[in-house]
Amino acid sequence: MGKLGGFIEFHRRLPPRRPVDERLHDYREVYLTWPVESVREQAARCMDCGIPFCHSGCPLGNLIPEWNDLVWRDDWAGAIERLHATNNFPEFTGRLCPAPCEPACVLSINDDAVTIKQVEVSIIDRAFEEGWVRAAPPAHRTGKRVAVIGSGPAGLACAQQLNRAGHNVTVFERDDRIGGLLRYGIPDFKLEKWVLERRIDLLSAEGVAFETGYDIGVDITGAELRARYDAVVLAMGAGHPRDLPVPGRELEGVHFAMEYLPQQNRRVAGELIGEAETLSARGRRVIILGGGDTGADCLGNVHREGCASVHQFELLPPPPESRAFDNPWPQWSLIMRSSSAHEEGGVRDYSISTTHLSGSNGRVERLHGVRVEPRKVDGRMQFVPLEGTEFTMEADLVLLAMGFLGPVRSGLLEELGVDLDARGNIVADADFQTSVPGVFAAGDARRGQSLIVWAIAEGRQAARGCDRVLMGSTRLP
Amino acid sequence: MTRLIPQGLYDPRFEHDACGVAFVASIAGERSNAIVGRGLEALVNLGHRGACGCDPETGDGAGILIQIPDAFLRRAAGIDLPAPDAYGLGMVFLPTEPEERRRCEQIVERCCDDEGLRLLGWRDVPHDPMAVGHVSRSGMPAIRQFFVAAVGVHGDVLERRLYVLRRAIERRRDEAPPAGDELFYICSLSCRTVVYKGMLMAQQIAPFFPDLVDHSVISALALVHSRFSTNVLPRWDIAQPFRYSAHNGEINTVRGNVNWMRARQSKFKSALYGADIEKLRPVIDETGSDSAQFDNALEMLALTGRPPHHAIMMMIPEAWHQNHEMDEERRAFYEFHSALLEPWDGPAAIAFTDGRVIGATLDRNGLRPARYVVTDDGLVVMASEVGVLDLPEERIVRKWRLEPGKILLVDTEQGRIVDDDNAKAELARAHPYRDWIRQGTVYLHELEDTEHPAEPDAGTLLIRQQAFGYTQEDIKFLLAPMMTTGEEPIGSMGNDTPPAVLSDHPQPLFNYFKQLFAQVTNPPIDPIREQMVMSLVTSLGAGGNLLEQAPSQARRLEMPHPILTNADLGKIRHVTQRDFPAATISAVFHLGEERGLERGLRRICRMASQRIAEGYAVLVLSDRNIDAAHAPIPSLLAVGAVHHHLIREQTRTGIGLVIETGEAREVQHFALLMGYGAEAVNPYLAFETLHDLARRGLLPPGIDAHKAEATFVKAICKGLLKTISKMGISTIQSYCGAQIFEAIGVGREVIDRHFCGTASRIGGVGLDVIAQEALARHSDAYPEVRVGAPVLQEGGQYQWRRNGEFHQWNPETIAKLQHAVKANDESWYREYAALVDDQTRQLKALRGLFRFREDREPIPLEEVEPASEIVRRFATGAMSLGSISTEAHETLAIAMNRLGGKSNTGEGGEDPRRYERDPNGDWRRSAIKQVASARFGVNANYLVNAAELQIKIAQGAKPGEGGQLPGHKVDEYIARLRYSTPGVGLISPPPHHDIYSIEDLAQLIHDLKNVNPQARVSVKLVAEVGVGTVAAGVSKAHADHIVIAGYEGGTGASPLSSIKHAGIPWEIGLAETQQVMVLNDLRSRVTLQADGQMKTGRDVVVGALLGAEEFGFATSALVASGCIMMRVCHLNTCPVGIATQDPRLRERYAGKAEYVVNFMTFLAEDVRRHMARLGFRRFDEMIGRTDVLDVREAVEHWKAQGLDFSLLLHRPQVPASVDVRRMIEQDHGLEKALDHELIALARPAIEHGHPVQIDLPIRNGNRTVGGMLSGEIARRHGEAGLPNDTIRIDLRGSAGQSFGAWLAHGVTLTLHGDANDYVGKGLSGGRLVVRPPDSSRIVAEDNIIVGNVVLYGATGGEAFFRGVAGERFCVRNSGAIAVVEGVGDHGCEYMTGGVALILGRTGRNFAAGMSGGIAYVLDEDGGFAGRCNMGMIELEAVETEEDADRLRSLLQHHADYTGSPVAERLLADFPAAQSRFLKVMPIDYKRVLTARRTVPLEMVG
Repeated sequence: MGKLGGFIEFHRRLPPRRPVDERLHDYREVYLTWPVESVREQAARCMDCGIPFCHSGCPLGNLIPEWNDLVWRDDWAGAIERLHATNNFPEFTGRLCPAPCEPACVLSINDDAVTIKQVEVSIIDRAFEEGWVRAAPPAHRTGKRVAVIGSGPAGLACAQQLNRAGHNVTVFERDDRIGGLLRYGIPDFKLEKWVLERRIDLLSAEGVAFETGYDIGVDITGAELRARYDAVVLAMGAGHPRDLPVPGRELEGVHFAMEYLPQQNRRVAGELIGEAETLSARGRRVIILGGGDTGADCLGNVHREGCASVHQFELLPPPPESRAFDNPWPQWSLIMRSSSAHEEGGVRDYSISTTHLSGSNGRVERLHGVRVEPRKVDGRMQFVPLEGTEFTMEADLVLLAMGFLGPVRSGLLEELGVDLDARGNIVADADFQTSVPGVFAAGDARRGQSLIVWAIAEGRQAARGCDRVLMGSTRLP
Repeated sequence: MTRLIPQGLYDPRFEHDACGVAFVASIAGERSNAIVGRGLEALVNLGHRGACGCDPETGDGAGILIQIPDAFLRRAAGIDLPAPDAYGLGMVFLPTEPEERRRCEQIVERCCDDEGLRLLGWRDVPHDPMAVGHVSRSGMPAIRQFFVAAVGVHGDVLERRLYVLRRAIERRRDEAPPAGDELFYICSLSCRTVVYKGMLMAQQIAPFFPDLVDHSVISALALVHSRFSTNVLPRWDIAQPFRYSAHNGEINTVRGNVNWMRARQSKFKSALYGADIEKLRPVIDETGSDSAQFDNALEMLALTGRPPHHAIMMMIPEAWHQNHEMDEERRAFYEFHSALLEPWDGPAAIAFTDGRVIGATLDRNGLRPARYVVTDDGLVVMASEVGVLDLPEERIVRKWRLEPGKILLVDTEQGRIVDDDNAKAELARAHPYRDWIRQGTVYLHELEDTEHPAEPDAGTLLIRQQAFGYTQEDIKFLLAPMMTTGEEPIGSMGNDTPPAVLSDHPQPLFNYFKQLFAQVTNPPIDPIREQMVMSLVTSLGAGGNLLEQAPSQARRLEMPHPILTNADLGKIRHVTQRDFPAATISAVFHLGEERGLERGLRRICRMASQRIAEGYAVLVLSDRNIDAAHAPIPSLLAVGAVHHHLIREQTRTGIGLVIETGEAREVQHFALLMGYGAEAVNPYLAFETLHDLARRGLLPPGIDAHKAEATFVKAICKGLLKTISKMGISTIQSYCGAQIFEAIGVGREVIDRHFCGTASRIGGVGLDVIAQEALARHSDAYPEVRVGAPVLQEGGQYQWRRNGEFHQWNPETIAKLQHAVKANDESWYREYAALVDDQTRQLKALRGLFRFREDREPIPLEEVEPASEIVRRFATGAMSLGSISTEAHETLAIAMNRLGGKSNTGEGGEDPRRYERDPNGDWRRSAIKQVASARFGVNANYLVNAAELQIKIAQGAKPGEGGQLPGHKVDEYIARLRYSTPGVGLISPPPHHDIYSIEDLAQLIHDLKNVNPQARVSVKLVAEVGVGTVAAGVSKAHADHIVIAGYEGGTGASPLSSIKHAGIPWEIGLAETQQVMVLNDLRSRVTLQADGQMKTGRDVVVGALLGAEEFGFATSALVASGCIMMRVCHLNTCPVGIATQDPRLRERYAGKAEYVVNFMTFLAEDVRRHMARLGFRRFDEMIGRTDVLDVREAVEHWKAQGLDFSLLLHRPQVPASVDVRRMIEQDHGLEKALDHELIALARPAIEHGHPVQIDLPIRNGNRTVGGMLSGEIARRHGEAGLPNDTIRIDLRGSAGQSFGAWLAHGVTLTLHGDANDYVGKGLSGGRLVVRPPDSSRIVAEDNIIVGNVVLYGATGGEAFFRGVAGERFCVRNSGAIAVVEGVGDHGCEYMTGGVALILGRTGRNFAAGMSGGIAYVLDEDGGFAGRCNMGMIELEAVETEEDADRLRSLLQHHADYTGSPVAERLLADFPAAQSRFLKVMPIDYKRVLTARRTVPLEMVG
């Protein structure tokens, strides 16, 4: 266990972020590295609970008390072994996961939670530094071939697991580079792309094959794919964004976040983007619709581009500063959270509904909104406009970051004929097998839009299901 | 003969008895009827030690053994008899049905013919059926005597012929037993003695058997006995005395003793019997009680050439291993005989006789009282109590007690008393035992290593760990703590995982077995403080012909303990080859084979027989040879199979059985392997694991692999001692093969073949499932496809893990319950209950396999009695202030008082400020006041402020164990409540030192009832097989309330092996209790409560249907208060402020009484919904209605299919008049208390403070004198009582037990005479003086004046005893000041405060566990230090002025109050006297006192 009574002795601390005016000039990650002793001290706060609610709160079931203890005891090699036992890519979750484990931490009942995520990322970064993370190709091959569609976290985790089980795995990616949302959704200031490359190289070394630029269903049909592979895993994500059906939506300057963010990442990666396609916030008055993580990612990017101003609007009312009574521990806490981007500037406003957009010359110039209040109408929650709160705000760039509505249906899914649920997600059974035998689904495509930690968890479980179906039994965890 | 047939969960095997035993003898051998009369009189005066059941006129059995009254019989029988010792007299119970009787008599006659004896005739023994009660009458046999003789045969030769004859008759009887309930039983058949006995009460013996009052019925000795048993079914045959002995106590190891005897008897040879020896086998009638089986063995040893006391010394040896004061010859005698016979271990006062010598002995720890007096006219009276006969004081020349392990012998032929030393010295010198041992015995630890033991193989370690089912938790929670601390690992908060048979994960076979433990009928032992009576010494290769004494029998290989290192095993394999050739048998089975495990077992059994035939002396079962094709046979199965196979073949003795296994790694494993017959264990993989940790640099600093190995062995040994001590067993030798376990979920066939005799009441898995589990582990280790690097499974037994073992308390259930009670939102509760009930329906607990019948007519919810009534049946668990914080403790009390339920103080006293209500009407007082072994703060005031007094016999988390509150948890406040010193740790001993037996419990119940007659007295038991019979006994001991706790419960800290492996689920224990009590019509007198992981209304309803009226909630109540199952109660770091005394953490406590109120209300509403569905309007209607329960039809679980709950749901067939729930009050007999008279006489003092002086006679039937009076005083005057000496009472005679119990301040009791056990129990400020009467001729300081366990749990007051006290003087004294002139063993044990002044010799083990207070001991012979347990104290000279003043003042008071010449002599030259005293000072106490520079002790007077 961690240090006996460590939680009484030490307080929660996190490493400092780089100064805002420094980091706004680059796209590098915002956290400073931290001395080992500080990490160990934080790990020492772990109480090694009889029921580790953190472990329960983690979709991957990360063995949090175990590696906290190992870190406290300075056994980093042991720690990465335990961490890797449940998590294929701790360097991703350690940077990107909102860490539902932390609000579930027992210490958070009456104190500040253990800095679980920080310990996690420290372990994996240290492990890479020490050279402990090495490719581990399987000892034997089963001769089975599996195609994984999509190279986001779900697809990559699934591929690595299936490969460990000895199957020959090929990952197909529509884009020109591997990584999915990790590559083109997450900004570099949250995840520098060498971190991704490093992991992909390891997967390759272990024997996973990657095919980029393949739009399955277009470049090669589902039927061909199925003929060539013993199993297919659909991990193409939930790429279908929620739209804003208001007048003026068609105006130029109104874009989905997922049009803006990938371009940013490409630019940071050094790709040249054609002038005409460029979608820049420089000097613009920006409004971001949607108060979630994608919105925050847009926010950080527009700051760095040098926007004139930025507002982020959210339909829901502002969450409380601390847990509401009906949102008890160990549930995910619905409280006001600020990401690094919020620290960097901009205005956040809540309870706002966009009524329409207007402009001239086909370009957006204004957003018209109204304040709303959630009310139950005929038993259903609705957002009712408050009279007299209508307002107008100047805007040159409106980014829509209002979430996603399941996988893109046209193309492959239609061709394969897999069943979808009412929300448009792929239906799968306990083995993660879809209505079409031999076809499996994992990640946002099955679960709907969610967290990276869920994507990895889904990828692992789909691999286990797929292996069981292929082999009759499975020893994958 | 009546063989009681088990029904439902009732099994007569588990009956217990305890009793009064006595003998009266004329030293000179003068025969008279007066001796017979006095024997019976003594027994009548021990009447309170016997018991009666539902029929107050029916006793549990009583009887008398006397010499054959030759003259009387010649006249009465009208038969021409040969000379007095030339004929045998048989006393026999026969069937009442004439034809059947005739048939039995013909058996006798025919056997006489066969054995060459002449049957001289029969005599009807006159008896008066109307002298006994109706239950007794209903089972009464015909009672006859017969006479046999043979020409030229008499004396010893005849006696042996008669023995053979009796065995022949018994064998023939067993071939065709009498029909129905009829009895054919030979009470005695001897040319010297005759036994008159029956299902009688003491006072009924003489009226029933008119023979006995005939003046010509004369005897020089009378051995008498009356039983207090747990059964009441009519059984005439188990009354005592038996043929050679009468026993007060229990034989804990009887199962093993009988097995070993059975194994041994094939080697019997005796010149005295020749071919007849065959007829003696089997020596032991296994249907008899433990005492009867003991008698069988004693008789056999005594009739094959050894004097009876020689046999007794073999069967109940003294604790000699660690007694360095014992002379060498006697040690050699014991050591030699230990190779022949393992001790029959358990508490015992045994009186024995062969008709010429009569004697008595006590077990090694002195756990039974036995006092004797000798008169100047040559009479010896030995009895459980003093004062059983009215003997003129001036005729008494000696008053003494039997001491632990000592023998008293009266040789009526030689006309002398032989004392212990002489009796034993004669025997010890009979042979050169020391030389025999020197020549024959090899000591393993003295042998040189000759080979390098197998090197650990790190490469394959992980795989082998997997094959044996190692988990990461095994390393983290078991091995790591053991190898660093040398102690058993500790955990907290009970066990909420499913029993092994319901676990989805493969379980080691070990987990199917649950440890049994001593409760009520015999005490567990403290293996640390009383280690001197314990021994782990083990030997291999011992045995041979039990019936001879020869040097060859000393040939054996002895080991200091049964855990073998690899080097040790190497020595056994190679070094001792010449003397003890060892053969290894591979205990693995082939994967591919059909029924591979079964074949494997057959193979190892066959190999074992073969190796024995080839002459090997040691068999090593080894599972080292596993590989991809071979899985290990579960080591326990291998051991059980071979052990029982060899017993069946009668080749087990003389062979050493050793197991070399990778499986054993925790205490339970070793305990089981030995309990089922392994004499030594080599846990090679555990050692390799430690070496591997060392290799990887993971051992703590300062510990290398060898140190870790040694420390691990030490921890296992300690754990073994603890495990056997829980069962009341002292030596591993008698534990070996004693099978003190119950199986939960093991199928009949497996038990009957490999674990014969083990209780397994719900059936369960067969070899197929056991194999499947072994194969699952094997396939982890050797998978067909390996994915990634091998890694150990997480485990999840001790901490919840997502992929680990299932826990009922898990993130979901805890979160939902806590939100429900905080928000007072029943919908969350329902979600919680749905999760729990669904879990149980998914087979996670036994109750989950039950289903409510669906054919019941529902009723509207409104018609069901209201929740406010139901919550009155709820209580919270016993959690002490100390284990939990004040805040948490008071939350529970307030909540339960608001509801009208009950909270429980736990073992830690209670702050009197809580006795008053708060201004808002809330009450912080706990309705239940617990009385546990350490009696913290249990004074008169505490006792009167209770609605219920709960005697905690055992607790679910660690039945049979004591506890320890570490010093850092003892703050000022807790110390004040517990009458101890802040910062000094507190020890709770495993047993109550005033409860070693059921009659002792009856006494404590009586004591408590006296102090507070309004409170109901409750006894808390833990479920195990036989708990029903114990509960029946407890009901007969007049408890008002019984708690049956399941093993899963438990909130505080306990050793992990106890949390997991001791006790059984409450479902079985409760069902057994209900059945046995209904069967005996004892149920109607007591209320039954069940507890142990109760969580929902469904649990409550299942409990009610199985028989419970009330319900306890501990863990769930804590969870409602904010507990999140941190399971660190033992570390004082509870982050929610519940199980901690750290003020920083207590601040975090956020529980509220409302939460607990909400929880209990939700529960009650939940109960109501079930009741409505089942059509019950009143809760009472549900109780005992097992017919409403069904077992789930489709048991889908892969392991649970063999389970069979029919025994559990059995409803005893009883007449309609027999109630199945509490309907009537117990009769406590309080109206007989002397205190009524005392209270009446003291009225002016109690009411107005006017001093009074009272003078009365007293006798041993006057028990608990002063208790009720003190209760009265406390009720009116609280803790302070009355001013000094307000009530002065002088009493004359022998006082009964518990004289002056809880005596309140202001009362002075002066006894002119002597007293029995428990004088001054709980002394609460009063003054006690016991001095010999003026007429006495004895030298007081050389004689005993008060019995055992004096001043147990005293919190204040003074006591002066002019004479010697028995064992355990001042045990757990926390404040009284006492002066005495000598004490027995274990003086001042566990003392925490007060002063003891000992003006004479002490016994051994003085000051064991003494953490506070001071003792001054007069060390005349300079040997005191050697008799002291130096574990916690140091000895100082009496030098300071403060000490000198205190000493002088105490001596002065002693002289003044008792007239003691000893005190006067010492005072006469005080400076010289002072230098002869030693001061006993607890080290911690001194440290704390020095730090505080305070003097907490007030001066006397």
